[in-house]
Amino acid sequence: MTEEIVQHDIEQEEYLLNMGPQHPSTHGVLRLLISLKGETVANIEPHCGYIHRGIEKMCEKLTYQQIIHLTDRLDYLSAHINNEAVCLLVEDALQIEVPERVKYIRTIISELSRLASHELWWCAFGMDMGALTTYFYGLRDREKILDIFEETTGGRLLQSYNCPGGLMNDIHPNFQKRIKEFIPYFRKKLPEYDELLTGNVIMQERTKGIGPISKEDVISWGVTGPSGRGSGFACDVRKHHPYSAYDKVQFEEILFTEGDSLARYKVRIAEMWESLKILEQLVDNIPEGDYAVKMKPIIKLPEGEYYQRVEACRGEFGVYVISSGEKYPVRVKLRSPNFSNLSALNRMAAGFKIADLVAVGGSLDLVIPDIDR
Amino acid sequence: MTNEQLKEKLLQVFPGAVISETTQYVTLTVEPDKLHETAAALKGNPELHFDYLFCQSGTDVKEALGVSYFLESTDLRHHLLLKVSTTNRENPVLDTVCDIWETANFNEREIFDMFGITFKNHPDMRRMFLDEEDWVGYPLRKDYVDEVNIIERN
Repeated sequence: MTEEIVQHDIEQEEYLLNMGPQHPSTHGVLRLLISLKGETVANIEPHCGYIHRGIEKMCEKLTYQQIIHLTDRLDYLSAHINNEAVCLLVEDALQIEVPERVKYIRTIISELSRLASHELWWCAFGMDMGALTTYFYGLRDREKILDIFEETTGGRLLQSYNCPGGLMNDIHPNFQKRIKEFIPYFRKKLPEYDELLTGNVIMQERTKGIGPISKEDVISWGVTGPSGRGSGFACDVRKHHPYSAYDKVQFEEILFTEGDSLARYKVRIAEMWESLKILEQLVDNIPEGDYAVKMKPIIKLPEGEYYQRVEACRGEFGVYVISSGEKYPVRVKLRSPNFSNLSALNRMAAGFKIADLVAVGGSLDLVIPDIDR
Repeated sequence: MTNEQLKEKLLQVFPGAVISETTQYVTLTVEPDKLHETAAALKGNPELHFDYLFCQSGTDVKEALGVSYFLESTDLRHHLLLKVSTTNRENPVLDTVCDIWETANFNEREIFDMFGITFKNHPDMRRMFLDEEDWVGYPLRKDYVDEVNIIERN
């Protein structure tokens, strides 16, 4: 018997590779079908739905108070911010003015969430590139924030601290003291992040000029958040459509124009400094007052359509509600930032090496349950 | 541009346009056959310049399947809600806008998956989340029945 030897020219022939649904650098159950030419990525086709729970359908049979607790199962790292979006929508629709105290506390917790999320992104991003040490540095600091959450809200990852009309309960007596301890602590630790990873030559080589995307493309693909701002798209909802206490604080909208993975990285690092600035301005000025307005136990939104946008940690999160005046909504659409960010992955990573895809994916900071909903 | 100015401008560009203000955004309702042309003008007209589609949602309200497009202009900073609907539930077809806003590509696949609205000229009209081969029906439609997977609560 003779064996026939088939010669393949792997530089020219298309080769299909599945990345995921179980792959450490997809950070969840995302499956990317990659066509390769040699080592170069020709096309990426995301296959979503492995963690689709039908949240939008479930919302149609739930009251507004219950919907709040489904939204934190989307992007679990911006749980508080997603909850806030639904609360703001309900308050807007019923024309309820919440106390100033509530606005301040909501903003403080939102910014703490953003810090915690960006820290986790930073350590995971380092790990994606083979820098294992970052994971310990990032989690060390994130732990401090989670402790603040636990003391005041009872939850570490999912706080469930918002309710229509205000907050579930008042802040813990230690809340302000702990934040005031945390800010100088983290101001000292944040330069370590730069020393450890930002200036590292391997990290620079692997991100500079990798996965670039232009401002026009970013707008067209709806890429928002730090990923969009890395290409110069001024899309910070906190700045352009302020909600809660964001109109009372001074902060910069971080914009970079390079549009590559390194720019997206730098936006997030700079945003951590801005979040600290926002916290500093608010923590001493929380006004006295009630922590919630009394609401009716059954909330019925007047007939009509409502939309609320907030800036989650990964971009613009939106809630679209069509109400018929009943206690259940007719339709709830959750505009998730990661879904749009993922759609541009092919535009960014095609033409680069397969190892670069990991860096580009890491710089987008995808959270998969937010894509699948 | 304020909402009033925007309304005036829209009436100038699209004579006889159906404009209302049901949300915080000015709402423009178009017929399915005018959709693509309107969408292209909304982005192409330099005084409107709606270049950012920040949300695209399928709807099933009062027997009509439709799509809501939330638009923003990133330089002029005004907003618009563009709505289109069809009463054909058997074979609903709308024009794609993914040649105008790239983000519509995935969003239209999701709407097709959940509402069964087919988008004409879409480059890749497949289901987004559910199983291409096994799944029957479109879950976010009001008349969708699935005894196995959906628990009815009273």
